[in-house]
Amino acid sequence: MTILEYDGTFEGLLTVVFEVYEHKLGLVKVCREGITQQVFFDDKRSIASNAAKANRVLKGLTQRLSAGGVQRLYAAHLSEILGEEDNLLGFIRYAFSSSEAVESDYGNKYVNRVSEVIKMVRREKHRMEAFVRFQKMADGIFYASVEPDFNVLPLILPHFKKRYADQRWIIYDLKRAYGIYYDLNEVEFVQLDFASGTQYNKTIISSYSEDEMLYQALWKDYFKHVNIPARKNTKLHLQHIPKRYWKHLTEKF
Amino acid sequence: MNDERIREKLSILADAAKYDVSCASSGSKRKNDNKGLGDASNGICHTYTEDGRCVSLLKILLTNHCIFDCAYCVSRKSNDIKRAAFTVQEVVDLTMNFYRRNYIEGLFLSSGIFKDADYTMERLVRIAKKLRTEHKFNGYIHLKSIPGASDELMREAGLYADRLSVNLELPTEAGLKLLAPDKNQKDMIKPMNFIKNEIILRKEEKTLFKKAPLFAPAGQSTQMVIGATPENDQQILYTANHFYNSFNLKRVYYSGYVPVSNDNRLPGLSSAVPMVRENRLYQADWLMRFYGFNVREIVDQQNPHLDLDIDPKLSWAIRNMQYFPVDINKADLQMILRVPGIGLQSAQKLVSARKFGKLNWENLKAMGIAINRARYFITCNSQDFERRELSGTKIKQFILAESQSKYLKQKPNQLSLF
Repeated sequence: MTILEYDGTFEGLLTVVFEVYEHKLGLVKVCREGITQQVFFDDKRSIASNAAKANRVLKGLTQRLSAGGVQRLYAAHLSEILGEEDNLLGFIRYAFSSSEAVESDYGNKYVNRVSEVIKMVRREKHRMEAFVRFQKMADGIFYASVEPDFNVLPLILPHFKKRYADQRWIIYDLKRAYGIYYDLNEVEFVQLDFASGTQYNKTIISSYSEDEMLYQALWKDYFKHVNIPARKNTKLHLQHIPKRYWKHLTEKF
Repeated sequence: MNDERIREKLSILADAAKYDVSCASSGSKRKNDNKGLGDASNGICHTYTEDGRCVSLLKILLTNHCIFDCAYCVSRKSNDIKRAAFTVQEVVDLTMNFYRRNYIEGLFLSSGIFKDADYTMERLVRIAKKLRTEHKFNGYIHLKSIPGASDELMREAGLYADRLSVNLELPTEAGLKLLAPDKNQKDMIKPMNFIKNEIILRKEEKTLFKKAPLFAPAGQSTQMVIGATPENDQQILYTANHFYNSFNLKRVYYSGYVPVSNDNRLPGLSSAVPMVRENRLYQADWLMRFYGFNVREIVDQQNPHLDLDIDPKLSWAIRNMQYFPVDINKADLQMILRVPGIGLQSAQKLVSARKFGKLNWENLKAMGIAINRARYFITCNSQDFERRELSGTKIKQFILAESQSKYLKQKPNQLSLF
């Protein structure tokens, strides 16, 4: 078995696919750099991302898959689940080996698994579209921090850009230490220093806009009063908003 | 603005609005093409209350002052509660500021009826208009139509709102007479009819002129209170079916009666909210709208009530064992949709997947089909299938015995059979 190490990017993964075909590799295992374990008997290779090679694979995939098929693979890759690359590779190999459009062959274990992963990532994307809570800063920027299970900022970007076209905003992924910032024209990827320190909460609260505390209080009031105590259903409540999301939800902290 | 006063108002007027169950924010197609705030293209539940219900919209009453005295309603004239009223500007500010923080998808505005229908409706319309024209707000707006409001106002409402709704309140005219003597069904049907015709008209216009304005693009819906009056499920579902067919409704909502009064025409204050029944009604509603069931297959003279122990699809299946088992690799989609344990998505997945090869139990399981229920009703590419001639009752017993139902409290019914 050959172990293929790559940089964790989608382009890197597509380069890996290229190498697999180029060198006619049979049994392989794809790993992200830095998380490969020490192996003694297997052959280990590092694959550097290569735009030209990745593009050739991309072109091939575009021909094999339906419209949006590549986008779905990209979404699945953003799950960053350990070892999921092998399933993606399995899916891609199956797509290249078959003359049919294989994406709906849910009897195939790779197709089924990839569709499951996409579902998980999409759910997280949808959750973030729902659970982002902006706080208005004194300088007029609306700031939100999140810690999603998967790396979904690239997926939620278009939604927020369309929706909040007339306000500047930042959505910051604390887990992955990067964010997206909209300046009324374009969205760019940013890294903030303060978001990593222990002073984080203090910094945020001290720079609130004048009416921010009032609206947070109003939202909490609303959340409390729209509840019908006679219908209490904690299990369902937790199913919809698992506890790990609470610390960023205004109505829950 | 006085912070304490606005907080008190919001508490009172959210409290009074929460019995309206609709919280849908989907189905519209309003885009943000004026570089304003928001869009209303996809439904998002931003949070969930502790009772597990979705919070998508800022759902408030403009005021809970009301000239009517409907027994089931917390805002009824004779009820001794705190009253409050928002100004137009207050509602606009709340909506804009909540939306900007991504708390909500938009506004659901209803009102107690003060002075008269037109006076109330005019205020609601003014808020929607202000949001749309002065603040370039493209989020979702659901306006409650006040029965008896003029056609002119209703037409204007439709130009600014994504959805309009008129509540039927109770499933039958008799129920209405008993509990809401100030209202009658005719007053509700008139605006529903008006909205329906206006939507059809505007759709035709839209095919001719692309720039024709949107009119309530997310359609209209209604709501009935369940369990306040003695109607059976057959009456309720037949009413729902009638309104779906005659008024092109997008949704009928069923709201389990929450005791708010010790009026002797109503269930007592200590009685439980009929949540299981409400859930079964929604399941039946889904069967009618998405699974191709006719209402008469779900409830009829012999079965006027939905079974509380099991869902209505399983209930139909065990009454109609002559259609089963179906071969999952051959049956058409319509029939597969009728198999207990197979939902809309898995049915479609299954039909696309079988083109690549015959499916066996493992495949079905991997696709997410609930084998523990489906196994009594299907065969697949395997020698292993249910060979016993089981009666419907027996199957129900087996399924109940191994299910970890969320309604476990109902279990005694099943144990008595052994």
